[in-house]
Amino acid sequence: MLKFLTILKVGMKAIARNKLRSTLTALGIIIGVACVIAMIAVGGGAQAAVQAQISSLGTNFLMIFPGVATQSGARIFTGQSTITEDDVAAVKSECPSVAYVTPSVRSAGQIIGGTGNWGTSVQGVGVEWPFVRSWNVERGAFFGDSEVRSAAKVAVLGSTVANALFPDGNAVDQMIRIKNIPFRVIGVLETKGGSTMGQDQDDTVIAPYTSVMKLLKRTTKIDMFMASAVSREAVNEAQNEIEALLRQRHRLQPGQDSDFMIRSQQEIAQTADQTSKQMSGLLAAIASISLLVGGIGIMNIMLVSVTERTREIGIRMAIGAKGRDILTQFLIEALSLSIAGGAIGIGLGIGTSRFLAWKQQWPIVLSPTAIVLAFGFSAAIGIFFGYYPAQKASRLDPIEALRYE
Amino acid sequence: MSAGADVIRIEDLHRVYQMGEVEVRALDGISLSIAPGEFVAVMGPSGSGKSTFMNIVGCLDRPTSGRYFLDGVDVSKLGRDQRAEIRNGKIGFVFQSFNLLARTSALENVELPLIYSSNGHSAKDRVRKARECLETVGLAGREDHVPSQLSGGQQQRVAIARALINEPKLMLADEPTGNLDTKTSEEVMAVFQKLNDAGKTVVLITHEPDIAKYAKRIVVFRDGKLLEDRPVADRTRAEMKE
Repeated sequence: MLKFLTILKVGMKAIARNKLRSTLTALGIIIGVACVIAMIAVGGGAQAAVQAQISSLGTNFLMIFPGVATQSGARIFTGQSTITEDDVAAVKSECPSVAYVTPSVRSAGQIIGGTGNWGTSVQGVGVEWPFVRSWNVERGAFFGDSEVRSAAKVAVLGSTVANALFPDGNAVDQMIRIKNIPFRVIGVLETKGGSTMGQDQDDTVIAPYTSVMKLLKRTTKIDMFMASAVSREAVNEAQNEIEALLRQRHRLQPGQDSDFMIRSQQEIAQTADQTSKQMSGLLAAIASISLLVGGIGIMNIMLVSVTERTREIGIRMAIGAKGRDILTQFLIEALSLSIAGGAIGIGLGIGTSRFLAWKQQWPIVLSPTAIVLAFGFSAAIGIFFGYYPAQKASRLDPIEALRYE
Repeated sequence: MSAGADVIRIEDLHRVYQMGEVEVRALDGISLSIAPGEFVAVMGPSGSGKSTFMNIVGCLDRPTSGRYFLDGVDVSKLGRDQRAEIRNGKIGFVFQSFNLLARTSALENVELPLIYSSNGHSAKDRVRKARECLETVGLAGREDHVPSQLSGGQQQRVAIARALINEPKLMLADEPTGNLDTKTSEEVMAVFQKLNDAGKTVVLITHEPDIAKYAKRIVVFRDGKLLEDRPVADRTRAEMKE
């Protein structure tokens, strides 16, 4: 142990003696580790952001689309909505795993009111929509059954629309015109932020679906409907129940394709999550390559160092250093370079991540696992790439080494 | 222990190098004994086998055949690590080109063998011993000088101090004055004589008759064979100067 400590000191001195070279060698590892940490932080941040957006949609959430049929192997949209309001009501009353449902009709239109003119999407929904989407009204109120039944001209604004038309914040009780039809603003939704796909979810106007169908779209069919399961765990069950019920109501034979399609938020979440995971994996892989190149740099310098110090090795062997002692010395040198590089790299990586978070407003997640892993990996690189030169040094013949000029 | 009390006992030593097709008999049946307290100069022209002899006596190399007892132990068949231990504990090397570690202080150079010693020495212990050895060779006060700040003679004395630190049974000097002028050579030889007077066994490899005369006994090699083995009649005494 005492001998090991002394050899450690010898190795450290050798590093200190060649300051510039040691720094340049360690730089490869520094950059590599910093890259790995910054990339994983950025990737992890993106992943966390995606997950936050997905959970903002409501995690128990199912979307049921109509009219998708497969013809000659191609999936086509028939254009004919196969889902009715009665289907929605039946799902609500007959599926025990379903907590809330809301029909959905989408329209787009120019909104005029307050200070200006704003083109956005108008969603017609039912009274349970705030529970399905876990999205509450911040000011004013949401509409109730009577407004839906009477197709009332009332609207709830998303915060983006509210801010655009009524910058003073007094949107409630104001009149707006959607496609020239006057609507009374009864509420403003809380801000939800961007969606998984990057759209601004708050850039929307919500109205009773009956009003949208009758007044804006002039249709009797709903586009789709949304349902929420009683719990996160019940999502699959709710999906099965809805599927069974709708197949029964649409009189579909076993083996016949469904004329509707159910998408769960979990599926969307999984896809998005997988995409962002692949992304961060790719980033980490690219960063790892720079770490590998750093390792090769260490090997290169250690090989040069062994050749350059052949005589020193000869002297040490002549006065009694065993092969193992020489191996330890050079391995310690390589390891110290890579560990020091790793430590500095961690600092630099954290700094870079913080800088990106501050300058570019990127979400970052500094994972302690990634930091420990990057550090361990840099140490492993030191051993891996330091071993060959160290072994070469330890196998020198002292007589030859002493004669080396 | 058939070797008795001799520091070195060599029996019919051969060392053959295979140079491609040609066999070179560098040592061709050498037998020799050196008792404790002797000061032997090994002489001979280049190619006589004295360097090979020094490598084998110094346990850097192994003989092709024959036996070599160092301090009563047969070391002719030992492996790399075992020979490293022998070199560390029983032999003190002094080389023609000093072979000090550059950019390393005199003190640290002298300490070096203790680092590789199998009986652990604390840092404090190492510094104390190194100081003692530097004092023995007349370099007290130069502990912190690096080799480039020292004259050739001083560097060689640092090397001698390094050879001394593990209290070896045998001091082995390979042309220690080869890179030094006459005056400095005398200084260095004075150190060897002083050590020998104190009881150290010294083997000196040289091709200079003047230097050999500082020893007590001269052994001459030629073509890998022992040509002459005689005591020095008119021994030169060197004056130790500070």
